[in-house]
Amino acid sequence: MSHPTPQPADTALAAQLQAVIDQHAARPGAMLPLLHAIQAQHGYIPDAAVPMIAEALRHTRAEVHGIISFYHHFRTHPPGRHVIQVCRAEACQAVGARALEAHVKSALGVDYHETTADREFTLEPVYCLGNCACGPSLRVDDEIHGRVDAAGFDRLAAQLSATVVEVK
Amino acid sequence: MTTTIYVPCDTTARSLGADAVAARLTRAAERLGVAIQLKRNGSRGLFWLEPLVEVETAAGRVAYGPVAPTDVDALVDAGLFEGRQEHALALGDIEAHPYLARQQRLTFSRIGLTDPLSLEDYTARQGFAGLKQALALTPQAIVDEVKASGLRGRGGAAFPTGIKWQTVHDTPAAQKYIVCNADEGDSGTFADRLVMECDPFMLIEGMTIAGLAVGATQGYIYLRSEYPLAQAMLDEAIARAEAAGYLGENILDSGHAFHLEVRLGAGAYICGEETSLLESLEGKRGLVRAKPPLPAIEGLFGQPTVVNNVLSLAAVPFILDQGGQAYADYGMGKSRGTLALQLAGNVARGGLVELAFGTTLRELMESFGGGTRSGRPLKAVQVGGPLGAYLPESQWDTPLDYEAFAAFGGVVGHGGVVMFDDSVDMGAQARFAMEFCAVESCGKCTPCRIGAVRGVEVIDRIRAGDAADDNLVLLADLCETMVDGSLCAMGGMTPFPVQSVMKHFPDDLTRPQAEGGR
Repeated sequence: MSHPTPQPADTALAAQLQAVIDQHAARPGAMLPLLHAIQAQHGYIPDAAVPMIAEALRHTRAEVHGIISFYHHFRTHPPGRHVIQVCRAEACQAVGARALEAHVKSALGVDYHETTADREFTLEPVYCLGNCACGPSLRVDDEIHGRVDAAGFDRLAAQLSATVVEVK
Repeated sequence: MTTTIYVPCDTTARSLGADAVAARLTRAAERLGVAIQLKRNGSRGLFWLEPLVEVETAAGRVAYGPVAPTDVDALVDAGLFEGRQEHALALGDIEAHPYLARQQRLTFSRIGLTDPLSLEDYTARQGFAGLKQALALTPQAIVDEVKASGLRGRGGAAFPTGIKWQTVHDTPAAQKYIVCNADEGDSGTFADRLVMECDPFMLIEGMTIAGLAVGATQGYIYLRSEYPLAQAMLDEAIARAEAAGYLGENILDSGHAFHLEVRLGAGAYICGEETSLLESLEGKRGLVRAKPPLPAIEGLFGQPTVVNNVLSLAAVPFILDQGGQAYADYGMGKSRGTLALQLAGNVARGGLVELAFGTTLRELMESFGGGTRSGRPLKAVQVGGPLGAYLPESQWDTPLDYEAFAAFGGVVGHGGVVMFDDSVDMGAQARFAMEFCAVESCGKCTPCRIGAVRGVEVIDRIRAGDAADDNLVLLADLCETMVDGSLCAMGGMTPFPVQSVMKHFPDDLTRPQAEGGR
C-alpha cells in the first residue's frame, strides 16, 4: 500500500509541533502544558499532533485523544478570529445572562461551539469568569467585559469586526 | 511636584474600562502639563465603585468612583489632579467608607493599597515578615502555629489545615509537594482571583512557609484557564521573587529550597476537587480518585502532598507573623479567623467583605450589599457555589459559621454569596444545577454521570406538567441516590440546590414555565 507523499505544509506543521513537544516533554506532568502551548501556537490542537504527543509522552493515541476531549478548553478545529465566551453561571444568571446569551446567539447566528460563516467569531459557553459582582460577563480572547447588555454586546461586536486584520 | 494617581488593574476594574480611564488620565495630564505618576494598584474589592481612581494628596488618598472613561475630562476639569472634591463622583478617603471601615481585613489588608508586583510595596507592609519568622522556627513549630490558629480549609471542605500539614510533615519521602488549588470555579467567588491579581507575593509567601513546614521543595499553583490576568501576574511575581531570593535553591540564604510554578487548568470544574486536580497536574484526565489514600500521604506523583486552597495559604503569612492566637482571636465556635465573603449576582454593592465568622447573612446582604442591584425584593440566595442550597428568607438570620450552616444542610463553601431578586424562576435554577453537573461530571461514577442527565429530564417533565406528582417523587429519589452514591462532592452535592428548591420554592418548580425560561 502506498502512502501519500507528505505535503510541504504538513512537513512544516510537523516540524513546528515537534519543536513545541521537545520543549515541554521532559517536564513532570507535561501533558497539559504541552497542549496549552500547541493551542496557543495554532489556535487548536491539530490532528497531526495526537500521534506525535503519544510518541513523546509514551501514551496511546486513544489516551491523548481522551485527555484532549476531557477538557472544555481544548479544541480540535480552528476557531474564528475571536473567541467569545459567554458566562452561563448563577451570578450572571441573576442579572440577565440568559437574555444576553439568547441575544448573542441570535446576533451572531450561531449556537455554542460554532463559528460564524465569515470566521470572525467562535462562540463558547463558560462557567464563571470570576467577575461575579459585575455581570453579565463575557470574555473575548483574553479580555473580560462586565455588565454587558444586548446593546453593549452589539457595540463590542461591531468594534471587533471593524478591527483591521493584521497582515503577518 | 509629581502627583501619584492610582487606577486598579484587576480583572473587574478592567472589565469596566479601567485601562481606558488610565489612558485618558495620562492624556489629560499631558494636555495640562501636569506631572503625574500613574500607579496600577490592585482593587480594594469595592466592585460597584470600580474603576475607583485615587489621588495621593498631602492629606492622604482621595477617591473617585465609579469612573467611566467618559467621566475623566470632567473630573480633571473639576480638579481631580489636586484632589478637589466638588465633583459628584468624589468619595473622599475610601478607607473611611463603612463598607471598608467595618471589615476585619487580615488576609486582604494590602489589596488596593499596593502595586501587586512591587516587592518594595509588599515588604513595606509586613510582606515576608511571616516567612522570616518561619525560617527561625523548626518545621514542627510552624505546623503548631498553624494548628493554634484554628485555620480550616477555605476551599469549602473546612478541614483543619494544621492537621493536614502534620500528616505530610510526618510522612517520610524524598520529594513532597505543596499544591495550591487555584481552580476557583464556583460562581459567585472571586477572592482567590483577588489574591492572585492584587497581592500575589502573599500566596508565594504562604506556599513557601508550607514548604518549610512539611519539607517540600516544589510547589505548583493549579490555576484555572479562565483567569488569564492572574496567570500573568503570578508568573511575573514568581520571577521577581526568585530574582530577589525569596524563592529558589537558597531562600534568603537559609539553605532551604523552594521552587514554584503555575500550571494552567483547561476549563474543567471538576478539577477543583483535590484528587481530580492532582490527576490533571499529572497530565491525565481529571478523574476523581477514591480516598484513601489521602493526598497528604499519596498525592502528586504518589508523594505526600499538601493541597490547600488559595485563601488557606494566603492566611498563613499573617499567622506566622502575628502568631496563631492572633488569628484565632477572631471568629466563633470552631470557625476561627476571618472569612472572605464575596457578594455577587443581583447585588447593589457587590465586592469582597472580609469578616470574622459569625455575621448573619442578612446583615451581609443588607448593610454591606445594600439589597439588590435591580431594586426589586430579594427572593433567594445561593451560598457556597453551584453545589450550595438556595436559601429562602427564613434562613437569612443564620450566622456565617461552618457548623451553623451545616445544621440546616447549607454550606459556607468558599464564601460566595449569589443574590437573586423576585424575578428569578427557581425551577430554572434547579434545572441548571443538574445541567451543570451533566456538563462538568468527570464521568467516573454512575450516580453523577447518569443521574445529572436524568435529573434534567425529570425536571423538564415536571415543568411541562407531565405527570408532575409522580416525577417529583422520582426526582426526590434520584437526589437521594446521588447524595448517597456519588464518589465526590460534584454528584454528592448537586442535589442540594435542587432539594432546596423542592422544599422552599415548590411552586416555581411546578408552575408552567414561560417561553424561553430555561
